[in-house]
Amino acid sequence: MTTVKDSADTLGPDENTVDDLSSADTVDTPERPAAPPPVRRRTSATTPQDRWVALGCAVSATLLTWFVMHELLTSPGWLADLVVAYLLYLAMLYLVTRDRLGHLAATDRLVSAVVVSGAAGLLVPLLFLLGYIVTKGLPSLRLAFFTHDMSSVAPTDPATATGGLHAIVGTLEQTALALVFVVPLGVLTAVFLNETRSRFRRPVRIFVDAMSGLPSVVAGLFVYAALILPPVQSGFSGFMATLALTMIMLPTVTRTVDVVLRLVPDGLREASLALGASRARTVWSVVLPTARTGVSTAIILGIARVVGETAPLLFTSFGSLSMNYNPFGDPQESLPRFVYRYIKEPLASAQERGYIGALVLILLIFALFALTRLIGRQRWSSRRTKPRSDR
Amino acid sequence: MTEILDAPQPVRVVGGPPPGAATLESRGVHAWFGDRLVLEDVSLAMPAHEVTALIGPSGCGKSTFLRILNRMHELVPSASLAGEVLLDGADIYADGTRAQHARLRIGMVFQKPNPFPAMSIRDNVLAGLKLAGVKCGDKDGLVEQSLERAGLWREVRDRLHAPGGALSGGQQQRLCIARSLAVQPNVLLMDEPCSALDPTSTRRIEQTIVEISDEVTVVIVTHNMQQAQRVSHHCAFFLAGENEPGRVVEHGSTEQIFGEPEDSRTHDYVNGRFG
Repeated sequence: MTTVKDSADTLGPDENTVDDLSSADTVDTPERPAAPPPVRRRTSATTPQDRWVALGCAVSATLLTWFVMHELLTSPGWLADLVVAYLLYLAMLYLVTRDRLGHLAATDRLVSAVVVSGAAGLLVPLLFLLGYIVTKGLPSLRLAFFTHDMSSVAPTDPATATGGLHAIVGTLEQTALALVFVVPLGVLTAVFLNETRSRFRRPVRIFVDAMSGLPSVVAGLFVYAALILPPVQSGFSGFMATLALTMIMLPTVTRTVDVVLRLVPDGLREASLALGASRARTVWSVVLPTARTGVSTAIILGIARVVGETAPLLFTSFGSLSMNYNPFGDPQESLPRFVYRYIKEPLASAQERGYIGALVLILLIFALFALTRLIGRQRWSSRRTKPRSDR
Repeated sequence: MTEILDAPQPVRVVGGPPPGAATLESRGVHAWFGDRLVLEDVSLAMPAHEVTALIGPSGCGKSTFLRILNRMHELVPSASLAGEVLLDGADIYADGTRAQHARLRIGMVFQKPNPFPAMSIRDNVLAGLKLAGVKCGDKDGLVEQSLERAGLWREVRDRLHAPGGALSGGQQQRLCIARSLAVQPNVLLMDEPCSALDPTSTRRIEQTIVEISDEVTVVIVTHNMQQAQRVSHHCAFFLAGENEPGRVVEHGSTEQIFGEPEDSRTHDYVNGRFG
């Protein structure tokens, strides 16, 4: 027991020395001559000069492109100009940098430029698309959109009179019902693929892969042919759409959870088994909680996969102009269906309704993502705040 | 401090292993991975209340043997074995004996610390109860007792709800020891528990091993000769020739193995001539 005490003491002095130092510091400072504040060194690899060079290359590439494409040749269009200017810019940047700093630095700069422009090339269309939808949809978006359906709106009414509650309710119900099927099935399948030694893992994995390649319209067609046409004749309903969406969502969720479970270290499984746990208990109490964030990511990806699907809804939930809270009977609207319905109309006000629907769909997806993230992290945040409240 | 030292009644768990340390004995244990024989005819007695060290160079089957002792060997898909492992005289591989039951009575600490990252320190200690279905009336007392035995209580008692993964490597390993001790096993197997740790943490864990050996039989695999000498009562020297399975060259009391070994290879190994 004394030895334990000793080593506990050896841990103690750390704090003391810290205290001593700080107290010595406060005593000493008035006597010391004021030292100049330390100058922080710049460690950034790019200098202002580099930026001027990049700007110069960009300007000369633009001018050269204009000269070649419009003075010497006839440009086939702005896209060709862009490609030529981009390639000229890269070439100039490489040559100028090689002249200044040598071959290695030039290659480095060239690759950096390609990588950065790749990221920008991905972001710009996304922001453009979001901006486009917002500018088209936001001016006519009124609170009434969230409180009314389209049954009392005449086709000639202005876009501000649009009501989309029936579509929002439909989307939420169909997606939520699909989640009810997909989450248990997908997680169980992933557990089967990862945690068992069954001979059937290979064929199941191949099936899941094949399913993820299934065109969404085929999923809808299958439900239509199998359940809505005679002899079953269950009729159009939100639930039929749910079934089609389930088929699309299941492989996405299964594959993602599969990958996430594979990332859980084997050491944790062994630790659990060595404590006397069964395999099922290990999966439930150790593997899945460890992979919690990953599983919530899988659900997000699953939602993202289906919430904007339009094709399978056309002949399963069919669509409707009025509110239908019951997903199990009668046609039901959903947001993608709503957008599709109005965007193809010739009337400008109807098209605007479509843009409002698209905007609300995007907002809804953001909200669902945020919610899923919150649920995935809730446990940790509550744990972290606990000790603080104890003190 | 005084109330910890004077704690009269140790906290007991219900539905766990029978109390006290147990004797572990292997008889004619062979092990294969696929068709490759990696361990041949290991017969070794590991007496209750004592620390047995398994020493020998890498790849001689020490860890495989250790994993056979609590039926972790069979988790490797291609693995198979022959022979018996007797826990207080009863074969843990006998028909009708569940691997879970054997593992509950024979705990294990691994080379790499593996606390459950999704659980707090407290939940990590109590994980064994939940996982193995063992009950305990005084959970707070059990947490304190287990962490105290593992030499970690003082360092973590103010942050029992912090995540277990936030501790240092040495603390994590002691947390894993506390987790194994919480279900109160009869035997504790340790697979190079200090190989990833700094000297200070190693010393703490060695103290822990010495302290817990009155409650539980300890079998430890180590590459560190001094460690084997410091903590163990018995030693078994494993050796595998080239393309040959591992065998026990010599076993006996630690003084004998390190002082006057009978086999020249043991002498060379414990004196650092090879391996």
